[in-house]
Amino acid sequence: MMRPSSSTLRLLIPALSLAVLLIAVFYLQPRAMSYVGLNLLFNLAVPIALATIAQMLIMSVNDLDLSMGTFVSFIACVAATYLQSAPLFGILILVAAVAVYAAMGVIIYVRDLPSIVVTLGMSFVWGGFAVLLLPAPGGTAPDWARWLMTSKPPLVPMAIVASVVIALVSHFIVMRSSFGVLIRGVGGNQRSLQRAGWSVVTLRAAAYALAGFFAVLSGIALVGLTTSADANIALRYTLLSIAGVILGGGEFIGGRVSPVGAVIGALTLTLAGSFLSFLRISPDWQIGAQGAILIIVLALRLLLNRVEKREKHS
Amino acid sequence: MTVLRVLGRKPWIWSFLATIIVWLVTVFFTGGASAIGLSQAALTFAAFSVIVGIGQMFVITLGPGNIDLSVPATMTLAGTLALKLMNVEDAMIVPGLLVSILIGLGIGIGNYALIKLLRIPPIIATLSMSFIIQSTAIWSNRGLRIKPPEQLADFATSGFFGVPNVAIVALLVSLLAWVLLERTIYGRWISAIGQSMFAARMAGIPVDGTRLASFSGGAALNMGAEYLLMSIAVVIIGGTAVAGGDSNVPGIWGASLFMFLVVSMLNTYGFGAGPRLVLTGLIIIAVILIAGGRPTGGR
Repeated sequence: MMRPSSSTLRLLIPALSLAVLLIAVFYLQPRAMSYVGLNLLFNLAVPIALATIAQMLIMSVNDLDLSMGTFVSFIACVAATYLQSAPLFGILILVAAVAVYAAMGVIIYVRDLPSIVVTLGMSFVWGGFAVLLLPAPGGTAPDWARWLMTSKPPLVPMAIVASVVIALVSHFIVMRSSFGVLIRGVGGNQRSLQRAGWSVVTLRAAAYALAGFFAVLSGIALVGLTTSADANIALRYTLLSIAGVILGGGEFIGGRVSPVGAVIGALTLTLAGSFLSFLRISPDWQIGAQGAILIIVLALRLLLNRVEKREKHS
Repeated sequence: MTVLRVLGRKPWIWSFLATIIVWLVTVFFTGGASAIGLSQAALTFAAFSVIVGIGQMFVITLGPGNIDLSVPATMTLAGTLALKLMNVEDAMIVPGLLVSILIGLGIGIGNYALIKLLRIPPIIATLSMSFIIQSTAIWSNRGLRIKPPEQLADFATSGFFGVPNVAIVALLVSLLAWVLLERTIYGRWISAIGQSMFAARMAGIPVDGTRLASFSGGAALNMGAEYLLMSIAVVIIGGTAVAGGDSNVPGIWGASLFMFLVVSMLNTYGFGAGPRLVLTGLIIIAVILIAGGRPTGGR
């Protein structure tokens, strides 16, 4: 019998926990089992999934981005103001933002700085710019973003289509392309890549730029959903994105990440919220229950890992 | 050149240097009138960051990926419960403080259990924990009389020969932490192996809650939120290596004073919230760029 590869096993747990949660939601609220219901359940997952992919790219080079939430908020503010009123200028800002991400990657490597601190500092910067752009909630989403996020493809809701597309595209980039292999190599064994003649600086800059690009997409998708923005719109994303990557089987070090798992992790986190409101848990305890779900899923993972190890030994 | 190099090896020098520069700039701008007031305010507010920062430092010293995200929630919960128990009565101050320390201990042990038994990465474990704590805090906050007993508030807001009491408390705590880290076997263990996470968590976290609650005149639900980023920033600007194994108590003082002074400097210049945030971020990065980075040629 052919044994599943370890990366498949890695995916199994996030996928299983998503399935269990989904079944529980359907059991509690059978009406959710429809086109509209599914769309409502997973709508907000799209920007979170994009942010999670961005975070995953940073984590694949052994860094951590604590500015993800404020950055996505900033992008949302840009999208709701300049991108709508003066598209060219708006695009210019977004390109500059991606360039700043690439520069961050270079600085962190060249000066050998802790990524956590640099991104922490940047989170103040992004937050400040966001407040400057939109001191009060407001702005309007660009029509095309609105159209894209609210379009209704036949049979399968937009949220699901988008999640699958995100998962496939990022899987292709990170797991299948040689560029992705190199990036994960930076996380796994930087020195040997260097010896082999690759420029680690360029690779890191590219990984950061790509992360910035996905985060930009996340901000635009978010504005497309909410139609307006405010400076604090996505602050939760920093922690959500980290949790999503980990839930999806990624690890903090060693370039071990899984794009498909990250998207599933983001979906699971979103679904956990809806699940709790279907359970009619008092709002006081909803955040707490979300924490409990995280712990349970991770405990399950440990259990499965143990079983896997035992099989290997025997 | 050699003097510079020797000083440059002590990472905490930089945060103090930056603090002094910012202090001078602010005082000059106001024509020297604010020198004493500014220093006192800086000491008071820095004291809170120092206490929280020390807790965070113990955790960060343990090694890569060790960051405690449950600090703000823990502070909120310990603060609210302690105030509730004190019930504006002076006689209940001591039990209240004890309870808040016990809560801190409990949460620290809980965090440790999650990390050790379930092998959950510390960031995620403390994050999940903070969700749960937050809920408990919201739940227990119903009908809270938000007022600390008079004696405690007096103690927290007054000073001793012009030095705020809170700063003295923070100084004692940091002395204790320094001795613990630098002069005991236990401290060596933390620095060297990062194995005895259990005790580190117990030592670091519980201290924060009570003092903050008493000072701010009450426990608001979100009072701890900004302290999360603050606690991490302070530790790292102070020169503790994020990779672990290298902690630094005096640096935390420098960094805390620096952070507060930067904000008040930007305030005196009359900046709005937006530019102030941007400048704070840029200054943090600038300090890291100058101070951070390991000596070239090493490793």
